[in-house]
Formats: sequence, C-alpha cells, structure tokens
Amino acid sequence: MKRHLISAADLTRDDAVLVLDTAEELARVADRPIKKLPTLRGRTVVNLFFEDSTRTRISFEAAAKRLSADVINFSAKGSSVSKGESLKDTALTLEAMGADAVVIRHHDSGAPHRLATSEWIGGAVVNAGDGTHEHPTQALLDAFAIRRRLVAGPSGGLGKDLSGRRVTIVGDILHSRVARSNIHLLTTLGAQVTVVAPPTLLPVGAGVWPCEVSYDLDAVLPTSDAVMMLRVQRERMNAAYFPTEREYARRYGLDGDRMARMPEHAIVMHPGPMNRGMEITAEVADSPRCTAVEQVSGGVSVRMAVLYLLLGGSEPAVSTTRTEENTLA
Amino acid sequence: MSADPTDQNRTLIRGARVLGGDPADLLIDGGTVAATGTGLAADGAEVIDATGLVLLPGLVDLHTHLREPGREDSETVLTGTRAAAAGGFTAVHAMANTFPVADTAGVVEQVWRLGAASGYCDVQPVGAVTVGLGGRQLAELGAMHDSAAGVTVFSDDGKCVDDAVIMRRALEYVKAFDGVVAQHAQEPRLTEGAQMNEGTVSADLGLGGWPAVAEESIIARDVLLAAHVGSRLHICHVSTAGSVELVRWAKSKGWRVTAEVTPHHLLLTDELVRSYDPVYKVNPPLRTEEDVLALRAALADGTIDCVATDHAPHPHEDKDCEWGAAAMGMIGLETALSVVQHTMVDTGLLDWAGVADRMSYRPAAIGRLTGQGRPVAVGEPANLTLVDPAHRAPVDPAAFASRSRNTPYRGRELPGRVVHTFLRGRATVRDGKLA
Repeated sequence: MKRHLISAADLTRDDAVLVLDTAEELARVADRPIKKLPTLRGRTVVNLFFEDSTRTRISFEAAAKRLSADVINFSAKGSSVSKGESLKDTALTLEAMGADAVVIRHHDSGAPHRLATSEWIGGAVVNAGDGTHEHPTQALLDAFAIRRRLVAGPSGGLGKDLSGRRVTIVGDILHSRVARSNIHLLTTLGAQVTVVAPPTLLPVGAGVWPCEVSYDLDAVLPTSDAVMMLRVQRERMNAAYFPTEREYARRYGLDGDRMARMPEHAIVMHPGPMNRGMEITAEVADSPRCTAVEQVSGGVSVRMAVLYLLLGGSEPAVSTTRTEENTLA
Repeated sequence: MSADPTDQNRTLIRGARVLGGDPADLLIDGGTVAATGTGLAADGAEVIDATGLVLLPGLVDLHTHLREPGREDSETVLTGTRAAAAGGFTAVHAMANTFPVADTAGVVEQVWRLGAASGYCDVQPVGAVTVGLGGRQLAELGAMHDSAAGVTVFSDDGKCVDDAVIMRRALEYVKAFDGVVAQHAQEPRLTEGAQMNEGTVSADLGLGGWPAVAEESIIARDVLLAAHVGSRLHICHVSTAGSVELVRWAKSKGWRVTAEVTPHHLLLTDELVRSYDPVYKVNPPLRTEEDVLALRAALADGTIDCVATDHAPHPHEDKDCEWGAAAMGMIGLETALSVVQHTMVDTGLLDWAGVADRMSYRPAAIGRLTGQGRPVAVGEPANLTLVDPAHRAPVDPAAFASRSRNTPYRGRELPGRVVHTFLRGRATVRDGKLA
C-alpha cells in the first residue's frame, strides 16, 4: 500500500483485498469482551475535521482507540482555523506535536492530497472525505459490507474480491465523494458499477468513468446485486437540479415496490445519514435487506485496518498482539 | 538606472537575425534606429555582438496585472515593469482591477506616472468599464481617455461585463474616441463555484466546473453587439476551441473583433490540475489538449490576433494552500516569449516575423499605442528585443524580477532567452540582466 490513503484509486486489487481481510480479522476482536489491541500503542492519530461529521469522526476515533493509539480530535469549529489560520499552519502545528497519522475531513476537494504532497507534515494522511472528491474509507466499508453479504461463504470471504457483482449507485453523483470512491474501488475489486441519477446530478465527463450511466432506476433494479442509495440534500432543489422533493422521490427514490423488483438476494445500502422519504422510504430503510447499520459497524473495523496498515509494522494485525493481550489478561 | 529618454548613446548591434532573417547590423542613435545593413562602421558606438540572436520589435502586452495601487505585496509598477523588460517587453497594458479600481482619471494617471518613473517599459493603463468593476454604472471613460494616461482600452477584467445593456452602451460610448472594450468573457451564473475546466478531469477531481459555454455564450453575444453598434471589441484570454470558432465567424463577417490568447493556454491543460497544486489555478481555467491545439492554430492563422500574458502575480501564501482557498492566476511576463517559441516557433506554426506580429505589432495596434509595435526600420523608435533561440534551461523562479513566484513552469525546460531589451535606444536588459 502507498503511504497515504487519499483516493480509492490509490489501491490495487490486492491492497483492497488486504484491507478487507485485515478488517475481517479485526472485526473478530470487536466480539470479544475486551475490544482493545495494543498494536498502535504510543502512536498518535489526529482527527482533523474542517467539516462537521460526527459519524465519521467517532468511527475513526473508535478505530484508533481500539488499536491503543493516542487520539487527538481537532475540530475546525471554534478553533484557530475559524479565525483564519491556514491549513498549512494547522498542519505544521500537528507536525510539531508529532502526529503519526492525520485523518482529515475537509470541505475543499483535494485538501488531503495537498496535505500529503506539501511536505508540511511527515505522517500518513488518511482522507476522511474531501469536498465533492473522495471518501475512500467509506468505499472500503461499503465493499466490506458487500463482500460479507454477497460473497462471504465459509471462509468469511477472506482473499476474495467482488468479481461479477453488480452494484448500482443512485442519487447525487455530481456532488458525491462516496460515489467517486466507490466507482474506483468496486471496479478495482471486479464489480460492475452502474450509476443512476437525473442528468443534472451527473458530472459532465462521467461518460469516461469505468461504469455504466443510466437515468432510469427501474431499468437497472432487476439486474442489481446491491443498490446504494445516496443522500440527496434538499437544498439541491433550490439550484434547479430537480424540481421538487416529491418528483425526486418518485423518479429516483427507493420504496417497497421498487425494492420488490430487485433480485431476492439483493441488498440495499446507504452511507447515512438518510433522508427518509426522500431517497429511501422507511419501509426499505428498516427492512432486513438494508445494510446501513452493518456498514457503520464494519466501518470501525475497516478504519482500524487502514490505520494499522498505514502505521503498523509488517506483522499481522491481530496474532502478535494476542499474546500480549493474553499476558495482560 | 537613468530614466532620461533623450539618452544620446549610440549602439551598434552586429550580426543579429532581424525577425529571424539573415544576419545584419543595426545602429541605434538617439533612441531611434539610425541605420541597418551589413558591415556598418562602429564609429565610436558601443558594439553588441548579436551573433545567433534574433532581433524583434519590443514586445507589447495587452494584458498585465501590475497590482499597484493596492496589492504591492504581490507586484508594483516598478517590479512588474522590470519583469516585463526581462521578458523582452517594451510596453504593457496595466489592468484596472487594482485597489482602488482604475475607474477614474486620477487612478489611471497615477499608474501612468509610476510607469513613466520606472523607466523599464512603457505602462499604458487600462481603464475600468464600470465603477468599481461593479458592472452596473459606466465609469468616466471619457475622462480617463482625456487624462494624461490617454486610455483607449477599457476592461473590467477579472469580472465580465455581463449585463448586455451596459456592454452595449460601453461599446457604443468609446466609439467617440476610438476606444475598445476588452471583455473578460465569463457568464457569471454558469461559473458559480467554478474551480477548473468542466470536463472529464473535473468529474474525477470533484472540483466545481467552469464550462466552455460560459465563455463562448458571452463571446457570441458580444460579437453580435459589436456588429450591431459598429464598435471595436477585444476578447481577453480566449481559452476554448469553440471561442476560436466564434471569433473566426465574427471576423469573416468583417466585424471589428480582435482576440488574445495567453501563453499558458497555448501550452498547459487541465490534466495538470490532478496535482491539486494551486499554481495551475487560473481564470479562465486550463482547458483540454483539443483546445490548446485549436488556440495554436488560431494564433498561427491570425484568427487570434495576439499573445497577451495575463501576468497575474499573487503572494506566496495565496498559492501555498489548498486548491479551493487559492487565488486564481499565474505570472507570465518573463516566460511568455519562451512559451511562444516552444509552442509556435519550434513547432513550425509561426516564424519570427509572425512572433513580431502577434506579440508586438498587433497588440500595439489594438491598444492604439504610438511608438510601440513599429517595424524594425530606419527612423523608427529603437524599441527592440534580442533573443537567443538556441538557449534552453529549466525555469528558475528565484531568478525572476517579478515580486511574485507563482509560475506554472518551475523546473520545466523551455527554449529561448531574452538577452537584450532596448527601450527607445536605452538598454533595459543587457546580457540577460536588468540594466
């Protein structure tokens, strides 16, 4: 793996499978009474959040803490950043504090890339979502959930990718970092991806992406193994991306009738937070086919795997530490 | 240095290839070209060995941001004109988006006086079209024209005169004194939140798109307006293949439309934005390879009249940050001729006579400058540039005369080096160094 995780495109198929396999091992720890591993003891992970995102931040925080890393949460709100401090100066401050990894969420596309290539800091950079660009750990946890539900088998899916699985991503593709990362990662893992959106919410230039593009949700549902519904912000309506919420929900929302047209084994995914009644109805969101909650729990394991692989040694994530844990016990 | 325009020093330039032609001598006396030919006698004149150098008329830039008054942290009239001289320019047009805006006779005269005092190159102020670049109320265009600065080029550059009625009135009004409106063609609503060219790269990078149609729709409207009222229109920094087609069409109708292209749009594409390095952030944005090739062809066939640098200095901190927070613009005075040699001359699209036309004669004619953009001939003002086309070196921003360093060419090997620049017979650059 590369030293940073900025884009899902940074990951080869083997890298991605390694992350998923490592996450699978680490997930077993979560089932133990003592969830903590000493793997990253003495290492410092900074959560640098320029944008509110409680869900992603606590997921990374839990991941780092379960690996015994010291965690510093740096929220831009109410800090020197809101008083005009630049990303550079913030980065230099964190560097001076000895951050081994910086998990960054930023409203500007490319900010994590800039942080990783600027030489402002020496530690690993993990992109926790940048503008409308990418959110690679979200894509990894989505792949993790898909593998568990649609591939697993007796081996728990270890070593396997998503070859042949058909994943449909529906919603505001234009503004979605989740969609961009998933298109890269899922195709790297062998899945066939179709994006579905009103034409206004697809970027000009999406035609060269390694996926199918459709405006017709009903046409692709019967051939989808997983349908990922993206959150659609109601404010988009004001910029004329679509006329009304109701029209959006009618044409691109997933309700019970539409879900019934999916193959029996097919799952419904959502990165959260959901707009119930907009892109997804309560009936679908609360159905056993919806993996939204699993995605969250898998998210911690996947982020543990990412931090471990970027910061940890070459040694196995769990087995070496198991002895130590036993000693402690 | 001495700023005395009546300097009587005599200089003999020996063996220069005038406009890339056969080696010849040229004698400067009293600020004008006194003689040309071969085997001219030095007769006490200082002799410059110009073997291998190409002699061009002093370059003229229609589009320079000198930043003074207001942003002296990025450039001043003095540092900007030193950069211009180093790049082979003998005249620049100073854009109006200063603080305060150059929308009154007072401000344009201030810039004009600072230019005259610098002595490195002529500074012709551009006046704002509307008060404060606000796009609502015409600035006192006549007063700026009648001032000592003698403004004939008017532009809200940085902002588009997007109101069709204001644009029409401005075009009509400046006819009274043979003025020209230089339009920054950017439909504002189509470019809200725009960060880069809209296309396959912006789709990948998740950066707000600046579509070609936002430029082209304004150009289409404005050439029709110019035709309707019979006025002169100049299009700043044309950046798309579609814009080229519109300008070509307007010219085929005989309308009085001229256009410029920047060096960076002749060379760089939006693929560079994948680095998220704000040094590539510029307005209009870097476009695609197809656009670059169309712009080169249009400059070669004369559809685009001239090269203009859009030299846009910014302090380090405005580029040493994330893409979204960075300022738009790149400096260009000191690399313009090299980029034009690289993209136009070395590719066979334009010869050196063509470079003289696109970088000196035509921009001076559009700006109605007298004494600049003149042929290299006896009796003409000795505004001259000598370039060594065989020189190749990586661009070193530390060596720039500009106060700013925001060049997209850092470390890139480019051909050509300005060895000497003469402003009315006086060397502003001698042996590659500012005089």
